[in-house]
Amino acid sequence: MKEARRMPLVGIRDIRTELRRFERRALLRNALSLGGLALLTGCDLSTKSGVDGALESILRFDDKVQAALFSGRLAESYPPRAVTRPFRFNAYYEEWQVRGIPQGWHLEVTGSVSDKAPWTIAALRVLPQVEQITRHICIEGWSQIGRWSGVPLREFLMRIGADLHASYVSFRCFDGYSTSIDMASALHPQTILALDFDGQPLAPEWGAPVRLRIPTKLGFKSAKNLQAIEVTRTYPGGYWENQGYDWFAGV
Amino acid sequence: MTLVQSMPRHRQPRPACAHPAAIRFMHWVWVYAIGCMVFSGWEIYNASPSLPFSFPSWTGLGGWLGGALAWHLSAMWLLVLDGMAYLLYGFLSGHFRRELAVPTPQAFFGDLRSALTFRLGHSIGHYNAVQRLLYLGVICGVVLQVITGLAIWKPVQLGRVVALFGGYPLARNIHLAMMFLIVAFVLVHLALVAIFPRTLVSMLVSRPAEPERRT
Repeated sequence: MKEARRMPLVGIRDIRTELRRFERRALLRNALSLGGLALLTGCDLSTKSGVDGALESILRFDDKVQAALFSGRLAESYPPRAVTRPFRFNAYYEEWQVRGIPQGWHLEVTGSVSDKAPWTIAALRVLPQVEQITRHICIEGWSQIGRWSGVPLREFLMRIGADLHASYVSFRCFDGYSTSIDMASALHPQTILALDFDGQPLAPEWGAPVRLRIPTKLGFKSAKNLQAIEVTRTYPGGYWENQGYDWFAGV
Repeated sequence: MTLVQSMPRHRQPRPACAHPAAIRFMHWVWVYAIGCMVFSGWEIYNASPSLPFSFPSWTGLGGWLGGALAWHLSAMWLLVLDGMAYLLYGFLSGHFRRELAVPTPQAFFGDLRSALTFRLGHSIGHYNAVQRLLYLGVICGVVLQVITGLAIWKPVQLGRVVALFGGYPLARNIHLAMMFLIVAFVLVHLALVAIFPRTLVSMLVSRPAEPERRT
């Protein structure tokens, strides 16, 4: 990363592996409490077998149920007066760690696409734009209503000649975050590459210069500070998904 | 306390044992499922409390938000399957008709008065009017809890359901409130089991139904 100047001495990237291991251990240790006791008999807690394995396979089943429940249905739109102010900042790090746009930034396009030329913000601004005032629902349970506008992802995927039969669209961000969504959700009319938030070009804390905004999924799928978009047939996972959040995360 | 034997309420033949094996089995599956749902639910709530309190962290199931959601979104299937089996069994076997008929207000207040003055007897295999109303209440409560749960799990795909509960934030608080009602029922239920410990035995193994007693 070029702007190392802004980074703390020990960044989240340095301790991420430890952090993840710690969280996994916490998952297992706490599985021992109360209701967990009954399932645990005979389970080896040091491996992915047993309780964790069972929970993960049920989450995979939940993903299939969620994909089946997904329809073209639109998320509710709200009037401008319903917009939440002040809007809550959220990321896997604290707000003071927000990164500025790297010098020479381009949006990279990779995977099963016919045109892999990188995109500038000016080029994205030329594409058709749509606006939405929708509810952002966090996996933690809180929610807030915001106003975003930008390019429908569907439009963008067609421009780059993406293989629309590929299963996944994956997003990599320059703040170290990543996530992925299914193709059906990627083609939903309210799934947009947002360039503006509340009538202004995205500020760094809201995901500058371009972010995903997808109101049919939980908030952690709306990746900020995009660096690269990949269309793929291989399960790409994501920052939270790899730690145990359920992948489909539809609402 | 004078306990007087009275005539059976209904002419239908009663099951030989106080609680049929199917009821006992579904009861304990429900205990496990609702335990997982409540304790993982507390952990999920603690991630972002909507009211000015949190649950003690040691009561949470899952260890962190991701683990708690994995438990919640797994145990929900067990709860729903067990609940549907119970409702099917209850309607088809005549269990609801025989044992859980909606009590008349007179019967309810009569039994409530006896209960509050410690004059209400307890015969295993029969439910008095207060019990019947409480059991019917918790059955409706759990059904409503499943519906509000679906609403906040899928507020877009089930937009009409979440609208029925006044939108996503309100539906989330109704889900929380229903949890408190269910937990309150469980506490009352456990207190009564502690007063009449033989009821616990009759829910574990086959026990003959006791003749119905009245004060």
